[in-house]
Parts: sequence; C-alpha cells; structure tokens
Amino acid sequence: MPRLLFEKTGDAIWISHLDLMRLFQRAFKRAGLPLKHTQGFNQRPSVSIALPLSVGMESRCELLDFDIDGESIALDEITCRLNRALISGVRVLDTYGGGRKIRELALLDCTLTLTYDSGVPQGAAETIEALLCSDRILTEKKGKSGISEQDIAPMIRSHRIQATDANTILLCARICCQNPSLNPMQIVAAIARYLPEMNPSFAKCRREMLLDENGNEFR
Amino acid sequence: MTELLERILPTVQKPARYTGGEFNEIQKDRNGVRVNVAFCFPDTYEIGMSNVGMRILYGVMNEMEGVWCQRVFAPWGDMQQAMEEHGIPLWALESKMPVRDFDMIAFTIGYEMSYTNILNMLRLSNVPLRASERKGLKNIVFAGGVCAFNPEPLADFIDFFSLGEGEEITPEIIMLYDRAKAEAWSKEAFLTQVAKIPGVYVPSFYRHEYNADGTLARITRCDGAPQTVTKRIVEDLDSAYYPTKMIVPSTEIVHDRANLEVFRGCIRGCRFCQAGFSCRPVRKKSADVLYRQAVEILKDSGNNEITLSSLSTSDYRELKDLTDRMIPYCASNRVNLSVPSLRADNFSRELMAKLQTQRKSGLTFAPEAGTQRLRDVINKNLTEEEILTTCAIAFSGGWNNVKLYFMLGLPTEKDEDVLGIAELVYKVIQTWKENAVNKKRGLRVHVATAYFVPKPHTPFQWEKQITPEEYLRRARLLKDHFYSKSIEYNYHAPDLSRLEAVFARGDRRVGRVIETAMQNGAKLDGWDEYFSYATWLDAFRQCGVDPNFYTVRGYGEEEVLPWDVIDVGVRKDFLLSERHRAYRNLVTPDCRTACSGCGANKLLREVACDA
Repeated sequence: MPRLLFEKTGDAIWISHLDLMRLFQRAFKRAGLPLKHTQGFNQRPSVSIALPLSVGMESRCELLDFDIDGESIALDEITCRLNRALISGVRVLDTYGGGRKIRELALLDCTLTLTYDSGVPQGAAETIEALLCSDRILTEKKGKSGISEQDIAPMIRSHRIQATDANTILLCARICCQNPSLNPMQIVAAIARYLPEMNPSFAKCRREMLLDENGNEFR
Repeated sequence: MTELLERILPTVQKPARYTGGEFNEIQKDRNGVRVNVAFCFPDTYEIGMSNVGMRILYGVMNEMEGVWCQRVFAPWGDMQQAMEEHGIPLWALESKMPVRDFDMIAFTIGYEMSYTNILNMLRLSNVPLRASERKGLKNIVFAGGVCAFNPEPLADFIDFFSLGEGEEITPEIIMLYDRAKAEAWSKEAFLTQVAKIPGVYVPSFYRHEYNADGTLARITRCDGAPQTVTKRIVEDLDSAYYPTKMIVPSTEIVHDRANLEVFRGCIRGCRFCQAGFSCRPVRKKSADVLYRQAVEILKDSGNNEITLSSLSTSDYRELKDLTDRMIPYCASNRVNLSVPSLRADNFSRELMAKLQTQRKSGLTFAPEAGTQRLRDVINKNLTEEEILTTCAIAFSGGWNNVKLYFMLGLPTEKDEDVLGIAELVYKVIQTWKENAVNKKRGLRVHVATAYFVPKPHTPFQWEKQITPEEYLRRARLLKDHFYSKSIEYNYHAPDLSRLEAVFARGDRRVGRVIETAMQNGAKLDGWDEYFSYATWLDAFRQCGVDPNFYTVRGYGEEEVLPWDVIDVGVRKDFLLSERHRAYRNLVTPDCRTACSGCGANKLLREVACDA
C-alpha cells in the first residue's frame, strides 16, 4: 500500500485528526485520484494516518497510507496532484510505494518551544535539563478512568537544549510514541509541576522525525 | 494578533473554525481592493458555512474587480470570552483584518433568534450598534435574507436592507458605494442614492407613529423615499451566477456536502409558510445546467455527497431527467445523492427506491396537522392515504424508522385535531405491523410538535399565537394519548417560539428589547447551551414592552402592519382572501393546477411564472 509523508504547519495545525482524514479524502477526489473503499455496510475511502496528531501541534513527519482504485499512477504525479488539491499548511513531501509496518514505529523526535514573556529565568536551561535527567518524573495523565499519575522518565530517551534566546528555549527530545506513547506536552506539564518558577508563558511543539526502536528513521 | 490567536486557539473548542485558510477561500491583494466587505453570518461557522445564500453572495462579490468580500461568523462563548479578556476585536477569516476596518458590513439573516448575534457581533467589533451613531461612509451596515421582509425590529441598527435575491442587487449596491467612497460622499448622500436602487429599504427614511392602544397609526416617508419597496428576484436562473468553486471547510459543518438549488419559489401555498409566499414566483432551472453545475461542483470540491435543494423538490418539472443523469454519475464516482423535500407521491417512491441503492435515508413526513380538516385549513395538501401508502411501501422495503412533524396552535385547532395526531400515528404503527418484513427490529416513530409562529407575508400574518400555557396543555394532552413504546414524542419548549413570534411580527419598539437582552448577555439564542428565557423576560420588563402585544393579541385586518412598506410580490388582499378561505376549510389548489392570482408574477418581465 502506498504511503505518503506530509507536513502540517501554519493555520492547518488547528485541524483535528478526523477532519484531516476528511480533508485528505476530498483532496484525493479533487486530484482525480479515486481511493479504494473499505468493504462492509458503511464503505469509506481507505486512508489511514499513522499517529493521530494533537490539535495545535505542528509536524514535519506525518504518514498516511492509502490505496488508489483503478490504474496505477506514478508516485511523483500523486505528490504533485495532491499538493495542488490541498490547502496551505498541509503539504505532501514524498509519496512512496509503501514502508515498514506501523507497529515497528517506536520513537519520535520533537522540538518544544518554551516562551517566557518576561524573559527566560536565570539558569532555566540547566535546571530543565537536570529535571529531565531524573529517574522518576511524575505527571498527571487524564484517562478514561479519571486522572492518574504516570512516570514519564523512561519514555524520554534523550534530550538537549538546542538554543535559547532572551525569551525562548528550544528543547529537542526523543521520546516514545507507541506502546507506550508520551504526549510531548507532558514534558511541559512536568516543568510546571517540578519547576513552577520555570513554567513557560506559552509552549508549543513540533514533530520532527519518526524513528524505529533502534533510532533509524522510520519511513 | 496572529501570535495572540496562537495562544488562544489551544484553549477553545473547535479552533479550526476561527482560522480560515480552507480550499477555495478567496485571497486578494489588499492594494488592489477599493471596497472591503465584511460578510457576517449571525451564527457559528458550522451553521453559516452551510448556508447556500452566503456562498452565492460570497462568489458574486468576489467576482467584482476591486472588491474583497471576507467572512465573519459569531464566536462560540469560550472564544468570545478569550477575545474580551485579551481585547481582540472580531476579525474576518480571510485576512484576519478587524471588522471595524471594513468599508461595508453585511449580514444575512434567516432566523429571528439570531438578532442578538448581529448586535453582539457589532459590539465585539467595536462598531457602534445604532445606525445613527455611525457617522460617515466607513462601516455602513446592511442586511438581507428572509428576515429582512420584516426589518423593523432591526431598523435602529441597520443602515439599509437589501430585499429579496441578492445576485443582481448586491453588485449594484457595492458599485454605488465604490463611487461614493471615491467621491467622498456623506453617509446621508449615499443613503439617499442607495434608496433609489430597486429593492433597497432605508429605515431611517420612514417614520412610525403609534395609536394610544399601541397599534401602528401610520408610516410616513421622507421626500424621495419609495412608498413601497419591492423585493428583487433573478428571472433567469440558468444564466444567473451560481458558484461551482465553493469553499470546502476543513472542519465539519452542519450540512457538510455540496448543494445545488434546483428551482426557486413554491407552487404549494401552505398558509403558514413564509418561504412559500415570500419566495414566489416560481422560476425553473434547466436539468442541463444543473447537471453541468453538479459535475463541476463535485469535481472541484471533492465532496462525496450532494443535495438537490428547493422548497419542494418533487415539484421540479425536470426532476426525473435530472436524477436519471445524476444517479449513474454519482454511483460511478461514489457520491451520495440526497433529495430531501420530496412529496409522498408515486414518482418520489420510485426515486427513493433508486436512491436507496446508495444509502438508506430517513423517512420524514410533515403533515403539520392531525386531521384532514385542519390540513385543509392550512392548505397542506398531504392526505392520510398518501402518508400511509408511502409508509407501507417503505416498511415492506425494510425501513423501520419514521419521523412525523406537526404544529400545535394552528388557527382553528381544537382538541380533536390534537388527538387526530395520535390517531394518525397509530395508523402508521398499524401499517408497520401489516407490512414490516422484519418485526424483530421494532419500529421507531419520532413525533415532534412545534409551537405555531404566525409569520409576516403569509395568510396567517394576522393570527393570534396561542398562549404558552395553552400550547403546553395541548402538548400534554397529546402525550397522554401516546401509549405505544414505539413512539418517541418531543415537543419544543414554548419559550423560544414565543420570542420568535414577537420578533417575526415586531415593530421598531422591540429593537430596544433586543439591544437590552444582548447587553445583559443574550447571545446564540438558537443554542440550548446559551438560550436564557429569563434574560429576555427581564429585557421586556426593562424596556416596558409587552410580548403579548405581538403574540396572543393578533393583528387587526384594518391595522397598519409594520411590514406594509415591504412588497414581496404577493398582494395583501390575496393573503387576506386566503385567510378567509382557511376559515371556511377551503383548500386552494396548487399553482400548477390553477393559478390563484397571488400577484407575484408582476415581478417578472422576461419570463412567465413557471408554476
């Protein structure tokens, strides 16, 4: 099954996962690329996006599996036609014949942008680094059965402060994204809990790259 | 503002409705724009983007050189709160420019209970609410839509109204504004000139005076203002503009599908129905043009569903021809074709069977009244036999779900008419027992009753609304006569419909009530989450206005009506004769069987009424 790599940026980050599926289904149709449909009572066009992205999060590494109905079309042609039928902020970077099984996807590189309106606090970078090196980092997780505590430390494989300026810290982290998965914003929740004086005024996150268990890029 | 928005959006529900950027959104170079129009829909994005009229006029205005029409919707409560906390004025989606920076602010109004949203949107834009407080050409506020046929409740707030269909009048208005702006006219000079465009009503050019008993004594017009303002229509729908490159929302909306209007007007003449009279005369659109537009819209939008819409689609003469061509196209392109507003006749049953191959839609009837006598009074020409025959065929075809819609409080309604609803529902259940192929699944009959609201420009425009207490008594009486477990009965609470009745037939004095209610927090009144009846009752008290004057009192046949200046084509004496026929239980045949001489054909010069 062919797969495409796409990015979600700008105002498009506010589109929810379900709406994005609909958006792609229509974009395929606009592009003259009829999708195969699922069988059964309620037949739906088969598109499947690997890891649902939270509303408000940017990404450069989204994967979408699809299947074209009818004669085959050159992969580059699919990229081209789709990009003409898509909206600003959702852009196909590559279309290829298929990739590894989604269950082999394990890790995610992401960048957190922490913004401090009244300036980055003294020693914030070092203190945050030190926190993320702890053996145990507890955060609250909202689940179906209410709020529970989880230890996020084992799910943070590596991290580094990439840059700081007067008002922002850029924090890169490699985290688990499947079985178990960590929502990167939980790192911000940990900062708020353990280092309230270092809690940013605003934080946002971008997915950079998907990886397998061994740290190789997942395609 | 964009950076601030980035911080607010994560905190609100459904943020995608505030960002714009959808497929086919119109972007223009600001430097080439002479007239900026903020096109406001007084409800949320999901409702507004489902409105076909808005889509047509968005296209019409943006086709104009030097004009940029941008969309504005009412924010949900959480967003409104965030905007107020951060001092962000209401903005338009396309450029994110604040509404107060626009030349013209246009509203399309289809529902009386969105009036507070209009005022609230102006308030959130920091634009003065009252027309008299807005000096100069900037921020000219105008409005159109069905509710403009009785514009008086909004007379103090809107500079002028554009009556009827907007395809031709809207460019005329904007071209005049373009000239006025270039030549730096005063607002008064512009209003004087715009009032000369047929179909434009400038409320400040008319003075309303009242009698001691509160009724309207006379409407006096200023020099030069027309005695009556006649609504505009498009005569030839085949050559009229219809957008085939429509915005495709990136987030789910209420009617999330392509929409094609097959004709305008209605031949039926149901006496309670405002659209049925105010949208006359009947004008056709050819199946050729419709098929071509359907294919274009579907290809361009990528939608997987298309609706054929009109007031009564069974009455479209070329329906067979059109659906015969559309069904194969839709089937081979995996598009669901939906044809609502069908009558319970033979052809519709055949058509339903053909459509069923794609997806099973619901079975809905609106008999409106429970007895044939009362259906004759309201001229709803749907017989019990038609309902039961259609049900029998549907049940034998596997359907096990029916919706039935009625009104309570129709003129001349007695308890036996109310109980007639229960009898009709039992006959439907009986029909299911006799015809159902699989009884194990059971039957669901959804019955809903609405509280009758008399509307302007209908034969019932003079009628009393029954009291809310009486409405509830009749609803409970009906409920007590539903014994079957298959029936699910919902009756609307009377509060909203009572207010709807006030504003549908309101005069200028209710404007202050709307303003007061809005200032006291009323907004999004059409939504259960926000509607507060107490806020409204307080506003009536504060303004010294009695809602009963507009509801249970009824209007005298000799009385000057607030909307007498507005001419929708149908003559007032025709409406009156229809009212009197109703009292004598006399049906009026549909316009195709025999022209009843309503007068709406006087609006046509090039073609004849296509009833």
